[in-house]
Amino acid sequence: MQNNTNLVYIYDGTLEGFLCCVYESYVRHEIPVQIRTEEDAGQPLLLEETEWIRTDMEHAGKIYESIDRKIALEAQDFIREAFLTCLPDKEIFMYRFIRMGYQYGRSVMDRLTDDTVGALIKAVRNLRRESHNFMGFVRFTIYDGVMVSCISPKNRVLPLLSDHFTNRYPDETFLIYDRTHQMAVVHKPEGTLLTAMHHLSLPPIDDAEKAYHTLWKCFQKTIAIEERHNPKCQMNHMPKRFWADMTEFES
Amino acid sequence: MDVLEKLAILTDAAKYDVACTSSGVDRSGQPGKTGSTVASGICHSFAADGRCISLLKVLMTNQCVYDCKYCVNRTSRDTQRTAFAPRELADLTINFYRRNYIEGLFLSSGVLKSPDYTMERMIEAIEILRTEYSFNGYIHVKSIPGADNSLIQRMGLLVDRMSVNIELPSEDSLGQLAPQKTPEAILRPMGLIRAGIEENKSDLVVYRHAPKFVPAGQSTQLIIGATPDSDHRILTLSEGLYKKYNLKRVFFSAYTPIVDDPMLPSLFSAPPLLREHRLYQADWLLRFYGFTANEIVDAKNPNMNLAIDPKCNWALRHLDQFPIEVSRASYERLLRVPGIGVLSARKIVQARRTCSLTFEGLRKLGVVLKRARFFVTCQGKVDEGVIIRPDTVLRGLLSKNDLRMLPAASGDQMTFLDVPDMARSLGGMPVNAYGYLPEKGTRENAKQYEFGIHI
Ligand code: SF4
Repeated sequence: MQNNTNLVYIYDGTLEGFLCCVYESYVRHEIPVQIRTEEDAGQPLLLEETEWIRTDMEHAGKIYESIDRKIALEAQDFIREAFLTCLPDKEIFMYRFIRMGYQYGRSVMDRLTDDTVGALIKAVRNLRRESHNFMGFVRFTIYDGVMVSCISPKNRVLPLLSDHFTNRYPDETFLIYDRTHQMAVVHKPEGTLLTAMHHLSLPPIDDAEKAYHTLWKCFQKTIAIEERHNPKCQMNHMPKRFWADMTEFES
Repeated sequence: MDVLEKLAILTDAAKYDVACTSSGVDRSGQPGKTGSTVASGICHSFAADGRCISLLKVLMTNQCVYDCKYCVNRTSRDTQRTAFAPRELADLTINFYRRNYIEGLFLSSGVLKSPDYTMERMIEAIEILRTEYSFNGYIHVKSIPGADNSLIQRMGLLVDRMSVNIELPSEDSLGQLAPQKTPEAILRPMGLIRAGIEENKSDLVVYRHAPKFVPAGQSTQLIIGATPDSDHRILTLSEGLYKKYNLKRVFFSAYTPIVDDPMLPSLFSAPPLLREHRLYQADWLLRFYGFTANEIVDAKNPNMNLAIDPKCNWALRHLDQFPIEVSRASYERLLRVPGIGVLSARKIVQARRTCSLTFEGLRKLGVVLKRARFFVTCQGKVDEGVIIRPDTVLRGLLSKNDLRMLPAASGDQMTFLDVPDMARSLGGMPVNAYGYLPEKGTRENAKQYEFGIHI
């Protein structure tokens, strides 16, 4: 293996594309210092040697399957989740993790004090926490029978939220729009779709809907005990960045 | 009265009940139904007092024929009364649920006409939700003391969690403050729910589709600081409830003075939040850390030292058992170290399989060493700059948060045995700064609840 200090792989931004980077690095006997998408690529730096890696489903499948076979089944889930995180340069961490996994096998998951493993575990935990938060903080407003919610998450939580809400409201029609990543999940009783979405404009809400907003605000306010007033604690559990999209805080 | 006004009144009257978790049962969604439950529970918002909002917590009605002294809904109090119609409440719940405001419903009630009549109205609302609206989300119900067994049975098949609030930690207190309630009226339904859950478990082995009875188990609530009951009494009671009644949770509610009564803390005393906080910490030690109530407090020292958390307290009294060696100590021993929680202990056990741990390594794992460093060694070494002497240890243990919550913390001069006794009496019973009422006479032989009541 050749450790090339200025080799950068460019891929299409999909998990399969990333797995192909791993595949190519083994076939070509070279180790990239960075793996990034076209959008992130920008102007190549001086002395940087960029390689465009084509996505090939068969190659991606081989690597994906090898993660289960040579490392562990949990490692597959772990890689899929790591790919959704907002960890800067997550690809190179994931790449190193897979290499270490081939070397150490299942026990790579226990190497909590290793910088690569540690960073990924932290990022995945952060993703799960954010997704769990949104399971509670997502607010649907109903427009003519369609439930709509907008969020601005740091991580790509939509796939996780999609599973949760599809399970919870199987017979409803709902849409969750992720502004940060310009994505949306659309669910109808017939099926669920994850799609790119660059803009969402909504009609004004009707009186029946307004009434529920008022009822909810009333409940949210009344349930607090004044003698225990503790806005700091409230903010710790529910940081301000979530408030903008929550019905109880709309003016 | 419109629904908005009713909601305001019946929420305000329900807010002192602290339990609001939606935990304990994993139930996947189903085609044709609305809702699912998640074992860990989900918080949907946080109120201005920092408490989690998970369920629509309301009373069916705030009318009550009883006259419990500590309660805002007692019959002798002059306040506006109202009641939800069963369908009104069902509509509100399903509509909040579809907008993802809540995980479900937490329904309690004052006693309207009679316990049975009240339970019937609650059952009616929940039946509309479950059958007509196919609601598959979380429901927690407070059983009404004194309700008939058959109603408790019926309710148990509709809800996820059912609980009976004990409220007062001893029979004496109950007799004084809630004379119309008897220990029997509280403990009988608890026994019934426990028996129902056990019977249901064996039914489920035989018939996989047998309807589930209270699948998320039962919980209860104790009011803290309204009576002279000691922490020892409260914690041994909790321990007994976990063991004998298989309770999932015992909740503690710091008494907020709402009533002017010579038997109760004065209206000007603050709710004993620090004591409540320490009791929750002690409760965690009982449930997840393998502690017994008597290790935390005993008959000789019946109240906790609130200046410091109960695990640190225990460790300080058992310095001879420390330091422990991180690379070898068992999981159970690791859990006894102040600052090492369940998550950290698990990570340590996992990480030491592949490498030998140093303090640097522990930090990388995310173990908070602020307290732990006084109690552990890594490869036989103590952490840099640590001197293990009772006074240095003590200073190292007090967090900024602890100091802030202490009523009269004077930083350096304070020793952990020094519990200031600031009387804040202005009518009602005088309470010390920590929210303890003075014990009158000897409480040694005060009557405790008798366990083992069978039905
Ligand atoms: S029975 Fe319940 S609602 Fe009625 S006064 Fe007693 S505690 Fe309050």
